[in-house]
Amino acid sequence: MTTEAGALQFASVSKAFGSRAVLKNVSFSVATGTAFVLLGRSGTGKSVTLKLLCGLLKADSGVIRVNGEDITKFDSNQLSSIRMHMGFLFQSAALFDSLSVGENVAFPLRRHSKKSDEEIRHQATSLLERVGLGKEYDSMPANLSGGMQKRAGLARALAVEPSILLVDEPSAGLDPITSNEIDQLLVDIKTDQHTTLVVVTHNMQSARRLADQMAFLDQGELLAQGTVEELERSEEPLVRDFMSSQQAG
Amino acid sequence: MLQRQFTLRGCDLNQTSLDPQPSLLQEGLSTAESGLSFLGGLSLFALETVRESVRRPFEGGEIIRQLAEIGWRSAPLILLSGLAVGGVLSMHTRSTLERFGAESMIPTALAFALVMETGPLVTGLLVAGRVGAGIGAALGGMRVTEQIDALESLAVNSLHYLAVTRIIACVIALPLLTVLMNFSGLLGSYLAESSIAATPFTHYFETAFSSMAFSDYVPPTLKTLVFGFIIGTTSSYLGYNATGGAEGVGRASTQSVVLSSVLLIVVNVILVRLIAFLFPVGGA
Repeated sequence: MTTEAGALQFASVSKAFGSRAVLKNVSFSVATGTAFVLLGRSGTGKSVTLKLLCGLLKADSGVIRVNGEDITKFDSNQLSSIRMHMGFLFQSAALFDSLSVGENVAFPLRRHSKKSDEEIRHQATSLLERVGLGKEYDSMPANLSGGMQKRAGLARALAVEPSILLVDEPSAGLDPITSNEIDQLLVDIKTDQHTTLVVVTHNMQSARRLADQMAFLDQGELLAQGTVEELERSEEPLVRDFMSSQQAG
Repeated sequence: MLQRQFTLRGCDLNQTSLDPQPSLLQEGLSTAESGLSFLGGLSLFALETVRESVRRPFEGGEIIRQLAEIGWRSAPLILLSGLAVGGVLSMHTRSTLERFGAESMIPTALAFALVMETGPLVTGLLVAGRVGAGIGAALGGMRVTEQIDALESLAVNSLHYLAVTRIIACVIALPLLTVLMNFSGLLGSYLAESSIAATPFTHYFETAFSSMAFSDYVPPTLKTLVFGFIIGTTSSYLGYNATGGAEGVGRASTQSVVLSSVLLIVVNVILVRLIAFLFPVGGA
């Protein structure tokens, strides 16, 4: 499995919660400006991998490099400076329910830029328009559908113009059309802004649309890594089954 | 619960009837272990928030927002409760002092009772109920819906932004609400008294404070800074570490009220003794 340096590198990373090992000696790397899709069944450590990549969780062992820097030894201030260049779309969107949709998107701009209120509002509106929510600036998150919340979450993640975007289950709970729209947005972001994407999913259709490289996690171990075609030809029966079982769907 | 604790100690309750049953001592030890673990975690959390409170950014806007939520929105509750507490205290005090022909002492006795103990403690308990539950539920909800992780992912120190601001707001609000409680309590007592014996408003208040020195008033009011810290820290800690979905949020909210109130009452005993030691003339 390749572990050469890239925008992101995971080298022999292990993580356990109590006695339950979630990741066991996992290694992979993601080249700058590419999309890396992490596949696997539910509960195999995919979301944990994303949280480790931006320091929301601490690895028990191993090295995690972001743009060449090992973040496992970083304190909270150093992690904050790394996160300024990263965006994270959570599975549940995780919009702040006390703020309007527009203020959610404006939040990182208010925190990290010196722009005027007018400029921030304008930029937040532009981001919302980009994800098709231009008229929802003043709506509260609770009044949006799941798909709209996810798009708003994506707009918020893009506010800081991240060079690395981490995406957790972009199509979970969404209808196929909305799922396609979000996938297309992610492809556009990668192409237009040369953003590095790490996407966690168990939806093969979504994975095929997005992936330059894929990896398959099972019970905390990386069973296979490569392109879509390489995974389809994998010697691991579980990987082949997973790839073929959703080929039609 | 018992089974889980027992299993943790390497015993399986499902084996045979000869298996050891949890003794009272083991249950006591387990409870003590949980209590100490909670207090240890809470102490570390409190130290971390104190350290964070002196770091930039100072989150002035968020502190003001929390102050409005915690302080301003608690004011009607404190005002009404103060009127009721003052009225009831007045009725009890009158019935007692009448036996000794000391009705003229009613305003003074009430002022001392309210300012020295009733006002601060009742305010603390009311705020623990209203605000403690609110903070526990709000932060617990944010934790289980990944909003706290989202804050961190946006390069915002969630402990600083969510917990420190609420704790500072509690610390600032408690003394102000206590002053409101003291004066609304005296107003309630005046209204109760004036329904029995016509007393001029200014005369009542002058009499109430005639025997009270500044040092009698300030330490009991300032001790509520500690109450505010306890309420803010305990409820933030429980909400910040909530797990287990909606049930966990409910548990964090309930525990915030219960544990804040218990800690507040216990710490009050120490503070009363400390004030009596430091300000012997006041005689707290």
